[in-house]
Amino acid sequence: MLRADAVTYSYGSQLVLQEVDIRIRTGGIVGILGPNGSGKTTLLKLLAGLLTPSAGRVMLDDLDLIQSDRRSLARRLAVVPQETELAFDYTVLEIVLMGRYPHLRPFELEGPADLEIARRMLAATDTTHLEQRTYRTLSGGEKQRVVIASALAQFETKTNSDTAATRVLLLDEPTSSLDLSFQLATSALLTELNKTKLTSIVVCTHDLNFAAGLCSDLVLLRDGVVVAAGSTDDVLTQESISIVYGVIADVHRHTTTRHLTVVPLARH
Amino acid sequence: MTTVDTTSPQEFDHVAPARQEFRRHRRLKFAFATLALVACATAPLIGPTAISLSRVFDSDIPFTHNIDAQIFFIARLPRAVAGALVGGALAAAGVVLQALLRNPLATPFTLGVSAGSSLGAMLVITFGLPFSTSGLPAVPVASFVGALGALAIVYALATMRRQGLSTLVLLLAGVTLNSLFSAIILFVQFLAEPAQALQSVRWVMGNLDVGTYRPILWAIPPLAVAFTIFARLPRALNLLTLGPESAATRGVNVLTTQRLAFLSASLATGAAVALGGPIGFIGIIIPHLVRLLVGADHRLVLPASTYLGAAFLVGCDVGARTLLSPMELPVGVITALLGGPFFLWLLIRHR
Repeated sequence: MLRADAVTYSYGSQLVLQEVDIRIRTGGIVGILGPNGSGKTTLLKLLAGLLTPSAGRVMLDDLDLIQSDRRSLARRLAVVPQETELAFDYTVLEIVLMGRYPHLRPFELEGPADLEIARRMLAATDTTHLEQRTYRTLSGGEKQRVVIASALAQFETKTNSDTAATRVLLLDEPTSSLDLSFQLATSALLTELNKTKLTSIVVCTHDLNFAAGLCSDLVLLRDGVVVAAGSTDDVLTQESISIVYGVIADVHRHTTTRHLTVVPLARH
Repeated sequence: MTTVDTTSPQEFDHVAPARQEFRRHRRLKFAFATLALVACATAPLIGPTAISLSRVFDSDIPFTHNIDAQIFFIARLPRAVAGALVGGALAAAGVVLQALLRNPLATPFTLGVSAGSSLGAMLVITFGLPFSTSGLPAVPVASFVGALGALAIVYALATMRRQGLSTLVLLLAGVTLNSLFSAIILFVQFLAEPAQALQSVRWVMGNLDVGTYRPILWAIPPLAVAFTIFARLPRALNLLTLGPESAATRGVNVLTTQRLAFLSASLATGAAVALGGPIGFIGIIIPHLVRLLVGADHRLVLPASTYLGAAFLVGCDVGARTLLSPMELPVGVITALLGGPFFLWLLIRHR
């Protein structure tokens, strides 16, 4: 389980998050929703151990993220940022192999097992055909899938030991640069990963319908405070959307997908 | 795309490409190293007095009577070795700083180390030295001390404000320090006698005429420390290319990597400038040239740049000695004159 215990964070004198409690159970898919400036990305960085909480702590099982070694943490927790731009141009295969970093000793070269893992991750994200392309020549959607493949390569162990340990994939705005078809594909990919690898998934997103279709649980943030948290069906209501976004919306269950669907109607 | 034959043993398909890639790395590193060695061995043969390689290594003639061997080993070889060390160090420092700052325009001189170095040299050229350097030439020592001073100031500024090392502050502090030191250098030159001013202008142009092996021996310890650290860095530098946060979530200790990269690159730059003066262009052109030739993996780019930087500067120095013989051109002029247009051509061809 990944959990935030009463986490408070401030940039200088500006309070960004206040006493946030979150439980992400192993195998859950949790969406973090909220308007711009509500602290979503800051929360994601705290959950990734990239920021140190001003108060409270973030724990992965019984490991305090801030005190844990980055290498061993990277084998269990991976992040897909909103955008990844490279300073120098690498091939897709090289990028995915970079995910093997936490498994290699200081001067060790990637071996056949690492290459095999990288190829499997390319296949899982449907990017096998891009293997020899350079990253900068890819479209936004392709780039994102490659970065996901690289993040997934972090989780694979050469020996199948400690498969019981929680693995968490954190994604920041995964759909923001994707067209409809890629959005569906990303959603399907994440669901598949969650099912087959028991990977816990956390997504920050603006897209309520994407979240409703993907997530088992939601956390609604406003001004750095958790307004509502719980199962998607309980949390995604007309009232909560009104409180968090200041928008009147119609929330109903879609007849085909059986997911909740949000149609914004007016600001109030 | 290759089709996967599922009936073959499981390893068959992927073993080959992994080994192939590293075999390619080894082959290329070997080729670049050979180029550097050939440059070092050939350069001393070229010069106003023609010498023959067979006579240089003719063991029948005693060394004291073997003029060719004396010219080769005493007059010209130190210069080639100095060129190789300076060129290799500047090119490697360029690679490391470009990766650290995630900026392809960074050079070994971006972070103020060379300006500190120049200031140290100028002060000694103009005002002499207040203390004895026990037989060491005073200018290189002062130059190295100046480099260490600049390094300390920039590092202190970059780590002062928050936990961690801000590459933005590093860059801005370096650039500011560069102009500040340049202003002081101008002021020192303004105060100097014409002869000293000329000497300091010449120093800035770069000169590999080290005279003996002694300055080389003194440059080796700091370079050895820097290159020992360089050897540890390449894979972490690859990951830094994705950005510090992405590198951290993949298990890189970002702060340690940044510290080591900055300190080692600065140390190499300081030693190289103390030995040969602030010779420009190598630190930016060689890394880019190598990336165009071999790709972006720092495990290959860093050693290949080191060897190519060494070969390039040794070659340029031969040009500096011979083009307008008996007059000698400043080697810094040659590196820019040769390197500039060539690099522009590459740039246009590849974009």
